[in-house]
Amino acid sequence: MFTEELLDKSSTMRKKWEDAVKRTVAKHADQKEKWTTVSDLEIKRLYGPEDIKDMDFEKDIGYPGQYPYLRGNQVTGYRGKYWTFRMFSGMGSAEETNQRWQYLLQSGQTGLSTAFDFPTLMGYDTDSPKARGECGKCGVAIDTIEDFFTLIKGIPLGEITTSMTINPPATVLWAMYCAAAEMQGIPLTKIGGTIQNDMLKEFIAQKTLMCPPEPSVKLISDTVEFGTKYVPRWNTISISGYHIREAGSTAVQELAFTLRDGMEYVEDVLERKGLHVDQFAPRLSFFFNAHIDFFEEIAKLRAARRIWAKAMRERYGSQDERSWWMRFHTQTAGCSLTAQQPYNNVIRTATEALAAVLGGTQSLHTNSLDEVLCLPSDHAVQIALRTQQIIAEETGVVNTIDPLAGSYFVEALTNKMEEQAWEYIHKIDDMGGMVKAIEKGFPQMEISDAAYKFQRQIDSGEKIMIGINKYVTEEDVEIPFLEIDDTVEKEQIERLNAVRRKRDSRKVRECLDDIRNACKKGENVMPYCIEAVKNYCSVQEICDVYREVYGEYRDPGMY
Amino acid sequence: MADRKIRILLAKPGLDGHDRGARVLARTFRDAGFEVIYTGCHQTPEQIVGAAIQEDVDMVGLSCLSGAHRYLFPEVARQLQAQGAGDITVVGGGIIPEQDMQDLYDAGIKALFTPGATLDSIVDWINENVKPRA
Repeated sequence: MFTEELLDKSSTMRKKWEDAVKRTVAKHADQKEKWTTVSDLEIKRLYGPEDIKDMDFEKDIGYPGQYPYLRGNQVTGYRGKYWTFRMFSGMGSAEETNQRWQYLLQSGQTGLSTAFDFPTLMGYDTDSPKARGECGKCGVAIDTIEDFFTLIKGIPLGEITTSMTINPPATVLWAMYCAAAEMQGIPLTKIGGTIQNDMLKEFIAQKTLMCPPEPSVKLISDTVEFGTKYVPRWNTISISGYHIREAGSTAVQELAFTLRDGMEYVEDVLERKGLHVDQFAPRLSFFFNAHIDFFEEIAKLRAARRIWAKAMRERYGSQDERSWWMRFHTQTAGCSLTAQQPYNNVIRTATEALAAVLGGTQSLHTNSLDEVLCLPSDHAVQIALRTQQIIAEETGVVNTIDPLAGSYFVEALTNKMEEQAWEYIHKIDDMGGMVKAIEKGFPQMEISDAAYKFQRQIDSGEKIMIGINKYVTEEDVEIPFLEIDDTVEKEQIERLNAVRRKRDSRKVRECLDDIRNACKKGENVMPYCIEAVKNYCSVQEICDVYREVYGEYRDPGMY
Repeated sequence: MADRKIRILLAKPGLDGHDRGARVLARTFRDAGFEVIYTGCHQTPEQIVGAAIQEDVDMVGLSCLSGAHRYLFPEVARQLQAQGAGDITVVGGGIIPEQDMQDLYDAGIKALFTPGATLDSIVDWINENVKPRA
């Protein structure tokens, strides 16, 4: 990257600087000995040309819209289009959630993102004994398509894209979306959005579990195939690292496990569905965490683009550049926020959001200051949304593409993270792939180790969190607290019972039988799911069929 | 004669899958010299109570971040009492708003450990407040 002459000159000047550092440190020692990222990657005092001298400008850095896309997929960057302001949102009943969604759209968000409650996430109806006490508490309660109609009331499905954070029951909720669109006269070719639908990371981290890994991956391949054929604007998987990071992984682990999960899905679809990689890969999408260490996150996201591009072209022989683009949504790190002095969280979210933007995200959710304690209030969620809008409209960071390219530090850190990620990827390859690695407990134990280490570092003061172990104040800061009433559960059960009374029970049974047969024969379940939800089959009724045919998976409780 | 080690059942009741805290605590308790049984996620109150009695534990630690603690924690305490195991100490942790705590204490939860609690403080509390039942 640099001439011999420049490197010689730099070497001389560096030596002079190093001597000056030695003299200074002898008189004024550094505040601490080791300076690391939040993930314990050690960072040097200074970076210079020698740290990136072996880089090949054309192969490693290049230009936006050119392989390997380090500087971004889009040639015009944010000047062409800002990232989507997409706030993850869901609370109580479908009615309440629809109101919050209207509020967010009026406040300027540009894409929808659905948070479901735990019964829905886990494939249970609100009146299941397992669901007691959970209805609406951390997201919207959806039992049948009747609730879904209420959720999307007034939302132009042909004009806005919607993400749904849903995993084991993803086929069911996507079926509801597709059915609702069709019933509104909107063709499936016109609807756009994302279903998270990434079961591998559930086994690794998020733990919304239902069936064992192999059939779970089969259902995912069904959605990829269905989307490829009939819903071309839909991202059928949001291959996620966010939750892996929230569970306590390091940034490199988040990067490696996420991308390796993506590779596992690609390989399954290729094998199981006989599609060509370029038929479906352009609709794979990703979801990363934006944690508190500013540069580590930027480097991570840049490395992710380069790794995925290389994997697609070299590992899978993809020839379509749209398959090489790693497109991703980002969410600022929930686990970096504190319950103590909650207003500090506004600053944390802001710097994390900035890192995501400098990393080139296509879509962004910013956490609200109160989300350590509850679902966000109107006021708190507005601040979170304004954070993105201020970054976009006031800070100037969108003026130019990938502004940190060429930084000795950022390029060196990007390279290092890519290198360490590949080590993990190859290790998992050697284990026989991600499903095998999960069965062995490998990613889960890496995460456990990292989480435990981090907690010890916080408790010892080796790592600082303001308000927790430094600048601690005794007074409790009162912030408005959004509560989901227990009557939400009661009313939801009444609604569910009303649906059961009015629907055609015979049709319901037939639809469930059709799904059961499709599962047993290895057919694509999606068309049967769409038919089933149109006939008011519930989330649990369909998921019970999956549980029956594929078996139930129990969290093994590793630590 | 030495007391036997304190036996702890760490459990995740309900549908909440956020298990980072519970797993960190499981290791902490093991390192602190307690005997730990970790149930994993998605346990019903019945399963937790059954395991607690079968494993003859001295303490049950419940972790819940989904907001369903108001039903789940008292239900575990109630079932333990109903089965004659009311002397098992029940504690909880997770996302528990201040305003919910008194009801939980009234229902028999002895302590609640929320964000910011250090691992050592939890271990200390156990050493001071939990004795082997045998």
